[in-house]
Amino acid sequence: MAGKIRVVVAKPGLDGHDRGAKIIARALRDAGMEVIYTGLHQTPEQIVETAIQEDADAIGISILSGAHMTLVPRILELLRENGVEDVVVVVGGTIPDDDADELRKLGVAGVFGPGAPTTEIVDFLKGAVAA
Amino acid sequence: MATTDRDEQTGGAEEWRRRYESTPEREGELFSTISGLENEPLSSPGDVDLDYERDLGWPGAYPFTRGVYPSMYRGRLWTMRQFAGFGTAAETNERFRYLLEHGQTGLSTAFDMPTLMGYDSDHARSLGEVGREGVAIDSLADMETLFDGIPLGEVSTSMTINGPAAMLLAFYACVGEEQGVPLERLRGTVQTDILKEYIAQKEWIFPPEPSMRLVVDMIEWCSERLPLMHPVSISGYHIREAGSNAAQELAFTLADGFAYVEACLERGLDVDSFAPRLSFFFNAHLDFFEEIAKYRAARRIWARQMRERYGARDPRSWLMRFHTQTAGVSLTAQQPEVNLIRTAIEALAAVLGGTQSLHTNSFDEALALPTEHAVRLALRTQQVIAHETGVVNSIDPLGGSYYLEQLTNELERQAYDYFLRIEELGGVITAIEQNFMQREIAEASFRYQSEVERGERVIVGVNRYEQEDEQPIEILRIDPALERKQIERVQAVRERRDAGAAEAALARLKDDAAHGDRNLMEPIMAASRAYVTMGEMCDALREVWGTWRETPVF
Repeated sequence: MAGKIRVVVAKPGLDGHDRGAKIIARALRDAGMEVIYTGLHQTPEQIVETAIQEDADAIGISILSGAHMTLVPRILELLRENGVEDVVVVVGGTIPDDDADELRKLGVAGVFGPGAPTTEIVDFLKGAVAA
Repeated sequence: MATTDRDEQTGGAEEWRRRYESTPEREGELFSTISGLENEPLSSPGDVDLDYERDLGWPGAYPFTRGVYPSMYRGRLWTMRQFAGFGTAAETNERFRYLLEHGQTGLSTAFDMPTLMGYDSDHARSLGEVGREGVAIDSLADMETLFDGIPLGEVSTSMTINGPAAMLLAFYACVGEEQGVPLERLRGTVQTDILKEYIAQKEWIFPPEPSMRLVVDMIEWCSERLPLMHPVSISGYHIREAGSNAAQELAFTLADGFAYVEACLERGLDVDSFAPRLSFFFNAHLDFFEEIAKYRAARRIWARQMRERYGARDPRSWLMRFHTQTAGVSLTAQQPEVNLIRTAIEALAAVLGGTQSLHTNSFDEALALPTEHAVRLALRTQQVIAHETGVVNSIDPLGGSYYLEQLTNELERQAYDYFLRIEELGGVITAIEQNFMQREIAEASFRYQSEVERGERVIVGVNRYEQEDEQPIEILRIDPALERKQIERVQAVRERRDAGAAEAALARLKDDAAHGDRNLMEPIMAASRAYVTMGEMCDALREVWGTWRETPVF
């Protein structure tokens, strides 16, 4: 248990597109990580609370509703306010390139858009959490 | 090898089989359909059990396998109906008019997430979401702007809305009233298909039981007052997008359809009074023949069940009409222009499958809503198919293809298997509550993804023929200022309206909702006219019925 990377896979806002999040949750679990899938319609507050409660090493935010530039920065802000800045935050979904750049500047460790293989995400998280 | 060629060819299946097997198949390629159906290299007469009159019949007649109308596209082309919506009603009104000017023949409305989930734009949960995924509609005032300059007596409109479908239908009917168009002349479709929300699209509000009551209220009201409206569009598109295979898309959609039929029968409605107005909505994915087979199987299954199981006597109750959308999930962010090709092939499958209405995706939609340029190209795709390819000249031109008929039969068989399993579980709603469909979808979705990641299932530009240093394309940006603008709009509506009338209408709706034997459409119409907002109506119903929360499986 001590060695397992703990990842919260989260769906913020009203977005209901959960195909990708579920695949990633399963892939991470198959790769030996402890996965907590929040389910849909989570507020940023709920996501951060879950991450704290679950002692998460990483949060994977999945968002395909176009609301990412409001919700992701809010999640990052709440993580800072709660003093849990060492949590690795990655984002996936329909994120245009310049928004991805912006999110990375705000502290998102990696952005994985359409077509990103799950192996890439697994390897990235292993590397980012160990660091 | 050369020796074989000089052999005397006596012909016959066995010789073909021997010669086929002496040639190695291409390595590392899957010859199964996208759904995982193993394909034999050849279909021939002996492979298909086909009785022409029993299984195919004639266009416009039972069992409708070859098409729902006698003349199909020779009499009338499918409706070119591009899904559109973003920002506030004013922006979408402009896009609607652009599309109509460029040859679109029917409207289709995309609403934003807050509207889809039953929240007004100024609700806390709407923050950052207003106008992003579709148009923000909070009240009748927004609907008036949305259809400004668009005569509802002349255009048919589809509305992709489910949880708050009743409210949006009422808004539309009220705009018609204001334009002087009587209810019985309003044409269009409301998606309303709440069962597939629990299964796939996830845009629910209330629990299944009261949601079904609302659906039946809409079907009943439309059967009496809006005979040209399709009150439901029983959908497989979203089930497929969520990751199901073709057989699951077919089976779960039809099962949902039967569940609505049964709910209406339970209400005491005569099957022929509502069944002719039920409509469907399917995906057009990339496996060309599998999709065409799916549509034909769908028509045949629906016809058989409606006549044999539900005792419908009116032939219009047996015929399944459907809209199709090309598969959003097949679009790539990498080398996006290639999506034009994918969409064209998917659209062709839908046409060869006999669709009544078609939306073609724009090439830039993997990352954003479409630009004008992209959506014009999507429309042109349909126009080229309609006018330049000749596929519309012969009805069901692929009918009789051994491969196609074999696939049609196989998908039909798999669908019936699923009907049995769902029945054994206790019906559609119980199956949903037990996460049956959701699990099937998650499995199929993971299987497909694994094939892609192993490189067995090729996606051009993604796991083969990749390109470094791609130039980013221009995409549509939603102006964040529109959210503030819309918030001000809805607050102004609440300020302006007759507070007493709005309050009374809302109270009446709440009271009627608590009584299962009252049709809610008239109270919703009254509330709409009083400019009660959609969010307010949904909140009232949330108080009476509660909200749904899923237990997710992955």
